[in-house]
Amino acid sequence: MRFELTPRASVAPAMRALAPVLAFITAFLIAGLVIWLLGRSPVAAFQVYVIQPLSDPWSIQELLVKATPLALIAIGLSYCFRANLWNIGAEGQYVIGAVLGGWLALRTHGTEAGAWVLPAMLVLGILGGALYGLIPAFLKTRFGVNEILTSLMLVYVAQLILDYLVRGPWRDPKGFNFPQSVTFDPAATLPTLGEASRVHYGTVFAVLAVLVTALVLGRTLFGYRLRLTGDAPRAARFAGFSAKNTTLAVFAISGGLAGLAGISEVSGQIGQLQPSISPGYGFTAITVAFLGRLNPLGILVAALVVALTFIGGESAQILLKLPLDLTQAFQGILLLCVLSADALVSYRIRIVSRGGRK
Amino acid sequence: MSFRTILGALAGVTALALTAGTAGAQEKLKIGFIYVGPVGDYGWSHQHDVGRKAVEKAFGDKVETTYVESVPEADSERAIEQLARTGHKLVFTTSFGFMEPTLKVAKKYPNVKFEHATGFKRAPNLSTYAAKFHEGRYIIGQIAGKMSKTGTIGYVGAFPIPEVVAGINSYFLGAQSVNPNIKIKVVWANSWYDPAKEADAAKALLDQGVDIIAQHTDSPAPLQAAEARGKFGFGQASDMEQFAPKAQLTAIVDNWSDYYVARTKAVLDGTWKSEDTWGGLAAHMVVMSPYKNMPDDVKKMAEETEAAIKSGKTNPFKCPVLKQDGTEVECKGNGALSDEQILGMNFYVKGIDDKLPQ
Repeated sequence: MRFELTPRASVAPAMRALAPVLAFITAFLIAGLVIWLLGRSPVAAFQVYVIQPLSDPWSIQELLVKATPLALIAIGLSYCFRANLWNIGAEGQYVIGAVLGGWLALRTHGTEAGAWVLPAMLVLGILGGALYGLIPAFLKTRFGVNEILTSLMLVYVAQLILDYLVRGPWRDPKGFNFPQSVTFDPAATLPTLGEASRVHYGTVFAVLAVLVTALVLGRTLFGYRLRLTGDAPRAARFAGFSAKNTTLAVFAISGGLAGLAGISEVSGQIGQLQPSISPGYGFTAITVAFLGRLNPLGILVAALVVALTFIGGESAQILLKLPLDLTQAFQGILLLCVLSADALVSYRIRIVSRGGRK
Repeated sequence: MSFRTILGALAGVTALALTAGTAGAQEKLKIGFIYVGPVGDYGWSHQHDVGRKAVEKAFGDKVETTYVESVPEADSERAIEQLARTGHKLVFTTSFGFMEPTLKVAKKYPNVKFEHATGFKRAPNLSTYAAKFHEGRYIIGQIAGKMSKTGTIGYVGAFPIPEVVAGINSYFLGAQSVNPNIKIKVVWANSWYDPAKEADAAKALLDQGVDIIAQHTDSPAPLQAAEARGKFGFGQASDMEQFAPKAQLTAIVDNWSDYYVARTKAVLDGTWKSEDTWGGLAAHMVVMSPYKNMPDDVKKMAEETEAAIKSGKTNPFKCPVLKQDGTEVECKGNGALSDEQILGMNFYVKGIDDKLPQ
């Protein structure tokens, strides 16, 4: 006996919309069972994981802070993924954006440089990420090099560049030789959206990116070109769309947004350059992009959901003394459920008995 | 003691008196811990968790402890703040990278006491603490110098920060004191906790003719690599004998228990104040695990050196200390390098045939 996936003839739109919701419920049931088997209360866990973060103003702010870089990067990645181009190196583009923008912050440190510093830093951040993203795109269009490999390998190059800079030339001279830069001046710090808040303008950029992307994909020729290149490359060629230009464009957009995320995070959240400026946002964003089904609004929701699992996981450790492993297991269960639900909406499982087919 | 420190201490005591007055005597003191690795690393974070358990054991019902493990340094502010806002009145952040986030949260929560390990930035409600691991390094250096047959000893370092560099120098000076012709090879893992990388680094050293491995990373992997090849090594942070019963000569054990118990008691008694603690063998913050797998004369030498460092008769960095190029380091301490010189050490001593990554 074996299982076979066969495509469904038609899928009701309601079912497609309901699938993620069902996936969530299933994931919580499975996780609840595990927690119950551990001798803890599943209800309390649900409360700490979901209800509390969504009902407490502080947690909602933290949710936005955590979701911001994820959404910005994932929105950028959706351009690449829609065109069937695999940019796995957003983490590196994020780092180079932070490095180039951070360079200006360090350069103007201690001077009376005016209000132009911050906008210039953001532009440099976008530029840095975009140029770094263009390297794998150029290698692909010019020499046919696989972009998955080059973009991924360039992540390590970017991290080592940052590492070298904060240990060497950009090290804080008063920092006892510890590997970090000086903390940025107020003129080089991305303002927060409220007095005591940690939510910075990066969140506004993320929302803007989502809106603009929704417009571009739905209403412009460029958006149409992207979808066509991804779905039917041959048709795109017949229509006269240049695959080369598309590749360069989406990598530049994707890298630019990752770079913006990097400089926003460094100037808005961390406040200095240090060897590690990302807990893997560039990679988590790949998950976010697919959880959001490459749809701009979907990505926004997915970024918030993934941020919720991180924050809920920390709260579960603090308030319920549940181990971190359980949180990570839950993240895995959730992703698995969402992806299976997606598959099961479009496909049905057929049980084929042995020898049933010739 | 500055005026601000006194004010801060007064404010803290008043706040404590107020809470005690309103909530009654049975109110538990909630203590939070932030770990950079998993509690199961059997090294750095594990030892901090041993300290946490010692606090629970010492004070029983009077305290309640919480920990958050594997907290990424670039994204730690939220976890620290979450502890502060959920009623934890004493918070230990146990890795250098938590310095800026701890400082930020400490400013926001003046009534919560913070303790940051291995950093240098303090505030009225933020203390720092670290241990003089380099004292233990000198002893294992002497053992390595005596035990090495090839005349080349190895060192797996995490990051070239002063604490690690001072450890390498102390280890080498110890080895040199018993074998003037000894050579050392250093490999950087660029991670505090990455067992696969740490093991690779150790294997690379063993392949180059090294027969004794010392490490300044958090897992037992380098020691296990030595065991697998029939060579020797040292435990790091905790007693790792169970992982390498034939290879472990001794271990430099971090003992945070006494310190954590003392600081908890200070908060309970209302005598806590912001200060910097740097204890070594004499203060029992650094403890040598039993000397094993070595001839009696080597064991005797190690015990004598340990006693001499404890009594202050020997100092690993007694003057003159020579840099690689042979120039003498200015002696700013009492017959030895000063604490500040050791805390900011960014040079190799004479005889180390390698270049310090700068």
